[in-house]
Amino acid sequence: MISGRAAASQALPESAIEEILALRPKYPTLEALTLPALHIAQRASGGWLPEAAIEAVAHLLELPVARVAGVVSFYDMYHVRPVGRHRIRVCTNLSCQLRGSGEILETIGQELGVEEGRVTSDGRCSYVQFECLGSCDTAPMIMVDDDYHENLTPERVRQIVRELK
Amino acid sequence: MATERVLTRNVGRPEALTVRGYREGGGYDALAKALRMQPEEVIEEVKRSGLRGRGGAGFPCGAKWSFVPRQSPKPKYIVCNADESEPGTFKDRLLMEHDPHQLIEGCIIAGWAVGANTTYIYIRGEYTKAAAILEAAVRDAYDSGVLGTNVLGSGFRHDMVVHRGAGAYICGEETGMLESLEGKRGQPRVKPPFPALVGAFGCPTVINNVETLCCATHILLRGADWFKSIGTDERNTGPKLYAISGHVERPGTYEYPIGVPFQTLLDGCGGMYRGRELKAFIPGGASAPMMKASDRAIKMDFDTLAKAGSMLGSAAVIVMDDTTCMVRATLRLARFFAHESCGQCTPCREGTNWMKILLQRIHSGQGSEADLDLLAQVVPNVGGISLCALGDAAQGPVKSLVEKFSDEIRENLRAGRYPLPAPRYFDQGAAA
Repeated sequence: MISGRAAASQALPESAIEEILALRPKYPTLEALTLPALHIAQRASGGWLPEAAIEAVAHLLELPVARVAGVVSFYDMYHVRPVGRHRIRVCTNLSCQLRGSGEILETIGQELGVEEGRVTSDGRCSYVQFECLGSCDTAPMIMVDDDYHENLTPERVRQIVRELK
Repeated sequence: MATERVLTRNVGRPEALTVRGYREGGGYDALAKALRMQPEEVIEEVKRSGLRGRGGAGFPCGAKWSFVPRQSPKPKYIVCNADESEPGTFKDRLLMEHDPHQLIEGCIIAGWAVGANTTYIYIRGEYTKAAAILEAAVRDAYDSGVLGTNVLGSGFRHDMVVHRGAGAYICGEETGMLESLEGKRGQPRVKPPFPALVGAFGCPTVINNVETLCCATHILLRGADWFKSIGTDERNTGPKLYAISGHVERPGTYEYPIGVPFQTLLDGCGGMYRGRELKAFIPGGASAPMMKASDRAIKMDFDTLAKAGSMLGSAAVIVMDDTTCMVRATLRLARFFAHESCGQCTPCREGTNWMKILLQRIHSGQGSEADLDLLAQVVPNVGGISLCALGDAAQGPVKSLVEKFSDEIRENLRAGRYPLPAPRYFDQGAAA
């Protein structure tokens, strides 16, 4: 454990390591910490998971790196490439599609001037289409970082994107 | 239809976010009552109520609880399925954001009934706000003696952990969820063994949906007979949340007795958007086969919808008006299922992709009637033979498209109308 922790501290701040290890009493196995640990590691690494961060989680949880990397690749919320300081997820599933999410997506693309999945040259934003975010009664909607923005129009979304620093 | 608000009684009552405010409205009385009963009596009451799972499958809740062995050398677990990811569904988010203690109470009751000392609430990763509210409520519950070593002074121990997912629809499948909880890729397990015997961490486990556990709270407080008095018949009982979206005037979560006719739901949310004509509706989330406008009188309960070839599912109702291209709508759902298939078994991994490709071809104007015929052949090669229910779910909307809308598609194909112009929503002056 000590060596794992020492290895992990090469890639993760001490506070993140403490936060991960503090979860241990909540679960009967160390492996069960994988998802929460990856959330914490991602937050501490600028919103994505560089290889070193994945390795750090593996060391900390005494798991093969491949096992943790396999988990990372399975879930949509973990990123293995740099993302913008603000991450925009545009729900385009059916309920949002029926209420104009296509036009919301177009507007964001025009406003940021980059393709879906790319980061703006100033590092400010990246955006992706996302599956249903469970806010269909306020369609169309987007998620910016941790917050939902609902009942959007192209004008409103343009304003939201412009206000992101 | 005048309906008493049961599950949503604390929506818009922010006091209920604290243990104190929740108790002022009669909260945790059901738990206190349950703790005075024998666990077997609690299970019997839930069995007698006819409560069926609100997550999608509609499995009888009391029976599920009774499958857990009374004596077990291993610990037992409650896992609350809060991975609400079925497209069109947003009812559990409402329950968690507005009334977290109603859910916590239901979880502890389930724990008492089956002898489990720990609940994991597995909440989808995108629900950051609901997770924060739940975590605060759980802390409050510990501080107030509702959770911990001595639940409400009864001597019963119960712990609760809010566990966030990371974006994968398949983790709503109960064994996919268990794998994910254990820190792995969320790939469903082969059953049997069922989770009641070998569940989380190899231990007996009950997995219930958020709304199901909330219902259990009210059943304990008001009795099985009261619960049974609501609904269509003895197999379709209790209050039910319907999440309505799409082309309606006032989308939202509405509470009705289970079995409310679709037309009543539609009228209750202000009718069709801008007074347009109903073309089709999905009664129970993306997995549920679509219904036509002529089915508008149908009762929205488990058995009536099953008999009609669809399902109540998560009771997520997506309404589509006469401007909707059914191929485009179904293609969106097919894309979803192809993306969310875990890739473990062949019928689902390959089948979901083929359905997407064929629909894409028709939608783009490159397709022919032969593609529609092939689509009809793919459907039975996905449903019923995949490892978990995702394959069945994925073929549901496509099957209904082929069965109910092929005349329209063939006509469009013959006339060379595809690609139909993508309907503009905001250009039509809809922006408020």
